[in-house]
Amino acid sequence: MLKITNLHAEVASDNGTKKILNGLTLEVGAGQVHAIMGPNGAGKSTLAYVLGGRPGYEVTEGSATFMGQDLLALDPHERAAVGLFLGFQYPVEIPGVSNVQFLREALNAQRKYRGEETLSGGEFLKLAKEKAGLLKMDMDMLKRPVNVGFSGGEKKRNEMVQMGILDPSFAILDETDSGLDIDALRIVGDGINAIMRDPAKGVLLITHYQRLLDYVQPDVVHILAKGRIVKSGGPELALELEREGYDTVMADA
Amino acid sequence: MPEAATLAPTTRDEDWRYADGDWLAAADPVALAAWEEIAVPVGETRSEAFEVAAGVRRLRVHVSAGARFDLFAVNASSPYARLEAEVTLAEAAHFEFGGVTIGGGEGTQEFVTKVVHAQPNATSNQVVRAVQWDNSTGNFLGRIEVVKDAQKTDAAQNFRAILLNKGASANTKPELEIFADDVKCAHGAAIGELDPQIAFYMAARGLPPLAARKLQVHAFLADAFDAVEDTNLRDRLIGQALDQLEEGAL
Repeated sequence: MLKITNLHAEVASDNGTKKILNGLTLEVGAGQVHAIMGPNGAGKSTLAYVLGGRPGYEVTEGSATFMGQDLLALDPHERAAVGLFLGFQYPVEIPGVSNVQFLREALNAQRKYRGEETLSGGEFLKLAKEKAGLLKMDMDMLKRPVNVGFSGGEKKRNEMVQMGILDPSFAILDETDSGLDIDALRIVGDGINAIMRDPAKGVLLITHYQRLLDYVQPDVVHILAKGRIVKSGGPELALELEREGYDTVMADA
Repeated sequence: MPEAATLAPTTRDEDWRYADGDWLAAADPVALAAWEEIAVPVGETRSEAFEVAAGVRRLRVHVSAGARFDLFAVNASSPYARLEAEVTLAEAAHFEFGGVTIGGGEGTQEFVTKVVHAQPNATSNQVVRAVQWDNSTGNFLGRIEVVKDAQKTDAAQNFRAILLNKGASANTKPELEIFADDVKCAHGAAIGELDPQIAFYMAARGLPPLAARKLQVHAFLADAFDAVEDTNLRDRLIGQALDQLEEGAL
């Protein structure tokens, strides 16, 4: 589904550009969940932003295709419309715009792009209610401005409600587990499984810790360091990392 | 020398310093000096909501004891549109003002208010939002006077502007003149641009750039009409303002 080949990317900052991705190669097939782990500064979030098309993140070499099409040639909103969802590590607050209004406009913009019928207000509310219930989020929160006054955990849960409503075919989730307490972690993990476990869908989970992987079993675990994948393995690799730390595991790589 | 009463103001006058000088020079000084008088009787509520036409409109309002005057306006006309309100509040009266200036080209849109808290316990709240592009200008000059005996006055004014490109400008001049000692007067002002982080978040959820910016502008200017109780009227005012947005502006 998602095929990344020899990806190099740099990020613009106040003191010039910084090269972050250094020949990253990775392929996630349909029906699979891949986890990416790695130390701070390895390039995990950069990978997510590059795939999402964030301004300031420039690809200098390599390619990324999604369902056979050149992902990097699409604008960010087009990437969303073709089925790619980016779960933010730090979801953004949008004062003055309710979740319901935001998501209805977003979903209908995506549907329009794909040549599908748009949803009426009533149809949308029914869908939103169902997905909010899945993540145990109160409908009242969906009527409030996007992420404004939400706790860290509520913001992450809201990301998953959005994912449920937008129903993407592929999700890149950037540290969706950070800021969650144990109960919220289970709810979010169950949500990811319910929404994304499907033979036609794929997930790339970016995480620091093994604990989310207890709920969302990955098929493949990759270690990202210095902008490239240095080691890949089965779920046992995450356990090994948790036990022995990055230094030891990467020394074998 | 012409009579003083027929002298047109110029941008050298403090209250007209951000106005369109060329427009003023060509305007009829007698028409400019005219005021519409409004009196709100004791305990009553009077509401005005409208689009400001090109030119100058001046309202002089007396709000009697326990009465309320609500004023909501969309100011989008070119080349020059100014709404001026001079509001005098009696005991425990209230003045609510929500205004939006929005425009492009070479236009100048402005609100000028003078709120006189003439007796105790009166309250006023003014919220103005400006959205400007091209070489246009949005202004809010707000003066609040609290006389010596007007204790327990509570007056607030807030101005925020978003400039969609370089070349557009916004000016604000809050003035407080307070002679009572037990009062609350709050004012705030900020001028900025659309938040790129919100823009990317919206794009990542599938909103095309134009729709995303329109939604951001909507959220921004809606503050000015938060106090409109009739939701149909509120939606109409927001719609009138948003209709001014052109694709080129975004």
